[in-house]
Amino acid sequence: MNLLLEWLVAPFVEFSFMRRALVACLALGLGCGPVGVLLMLRRMSLMGDALSHAVLPGAAIGFLIAGFSLTAMSLGGFVAGLTVALLAGLVTRFTEQREDASFAAFYLISLALGVLIVSIRGSSVDLLHVLFGTILAVDDASLLLVASIASVTLLTLALIYRPLIVECFDSGFLQSVQARGTVYHLLFLILVVLNLVAGFQALGTLMAVGLMMLPAAAARFWAQEVWSMAAVAATIAVLSGYIGLLLSYHHDLPSGPAIILTAGMAYLLSIVLGAQDGLLVRFLPRPHLQA
Amino acid sequence: MTMNPAIRLDDLTVCYNRHPAVHHLSGAFNHGSLTAIVGPNGAGKSTLLKAIMGLLPVTTGRIDPAVLTPTDIAYLPQQAQIDRQFPITVLDVVLLGHWQRIGVLGAMTSALKTQAIEALAAVELVDFQRRPIRTLSAGQFQRVLFARMLLQDARLILLDEPFTAIDARTTADLITVVRAWHDQQRTVIAVLHDLDQVRAHFPETLLMARSRIAWGQTAQVLTAEHLQQAREMAEAWDEQARLCAVQAP
Repeated sequence: MNLLLEWLVAPFVEFSFMRRALVACLALGLGCGPVGVLLMLRRMSLMGDALSHAVLPGAAIGFLIAGFSLTAMSLGGFVAGLTVALLAGLVTRFTEQREDASFAAFYLISLALGVLIVSIRGSSVDLLHVLFGTILAVDDASLLLVASIASVTLLTLALIYRPLIVECFDSGFLQSVQARGTVYHLLFLILVVLNLVAGFQALGTLMAVGLMMLPAAAARFWAQEVWSMAAVAATIAVLSGYIGLLLSYHHDLPSGPAIILTAGMAYLLSIVLGAQDGLLVRFLPRPHLQA
Repeated sequence: MTMNPAIRLDDLTVCYNRHPAVHHLSGAFNHGSLTAIVGPNGAGKSTLLKAIMGLLPVTTGRIDPAVLTPTDIAYLPQQAQIDRQFPITVLDVVLLGHWQRIGVLGAMTSALKTQAIEALAAVELVDFQRRPIRTLSAGQFQRVLFARMLLQDARLILLDEPFTAIDARTTADLITVVRAWHDQQRTVIAVLHDLDQVRAHFPETLLMARSRIAWGQTAQVLTAEHLQQAREMAEAWDEQARLCAVQAP
């Protein structure tokens, strides 16, 4: 019993970098969970992935200008991500091209540009850092940034929750009552980019989107309404962060993949065990009701 | 007919890619009227409703909403555009009908909730409040959308093929709702395909095939001759079509 407790708690008692990493995961999970659920419900799961890659050139430029400056890299990443989102949105709006195609096009341009910039001016170590992040190196400034982004995300979501959901499920209705759906869509995209920037500090651009989409995809198997789905997703994200950090510490694994793989396990378990349409529920013979 | 239009169309043309879907259409939907819009596929019926809602740009001519403002209009589009797998309960969908009262941030009071439950009772779905919409049949879901429109309390109601793929019993129940709107002096315009239904329940009809074939009392509009005319006119979307010679007045 004591041994278990020690396994679960000791790393965080002992090391301050583990404590910081844990708090960062907590904040990340709280923000990314609900955002991921809404991305999934808008059928934009893969666009989160595209956007996370689009962050790269901005972060790289920030890195080149100011070195390992958190502010510069985050700001750069935010601007780059938002630019790709806006350009893709504009093309979709003013041409016949669908959103998935225009997002793919712009993120690929952005990603190539990012890799180019890093490889001309930096070393491959820098590139690895940007791609995979290091949650164990989170300092107070990063922590503050991640926590602020989580707070802004939750507050904004609370304010625009109603139109955001209507826009998702019946955008025609929102138009018919003369509400501007585009504004809320844009605000939401800003939140997505913000959370990816928060995530890339800790997990790197490749893994950041994992903490967004895997808990959301898992939550779909447990809840029937958007708010409960968001709550489940945030919980899974936070727990994945905690368990992932423990695995990383005790088994000497890289922290980013350990966290995302934990979320991945949660997803696989949810597919099988989930109360809503999980495989067990679907295939176990249960007596049917009268009506 | 009285001279009290709710919506007046003045030489209206609406195009997709310069090809007119609604072509030089003039006339008026009177206040408190119950009108069916009838015509073959591609006749511009849905386009006309969307143009009235301001969802499509007008190419030439004018839509004059008289005293109505955009918020006085409720619109039921064809069903395909709604995500029926979305995780939301029946009651929450109906509550959206209060949008003009509560907007983005307004509180949902228990009085508003009671009204929503009454609306659900009016379409005989009162026991379905907590059900997720993905568990509903097409007919049940259409009842939900009608309940939402009941709450919208609109003066002009536009229905785009509201009874397509809906069984007879549900259609009958929903037509009762439409008749009640008519009795309350609301203006109702519905795109329909079932001519017997139109003859039985809709006093006025607009028969169109891009342009107007006939508009007025249903019995005088739905004649064999007019219907034949509509079929012939609907056929040609001509790639090589010449410029339209009709000048706007």
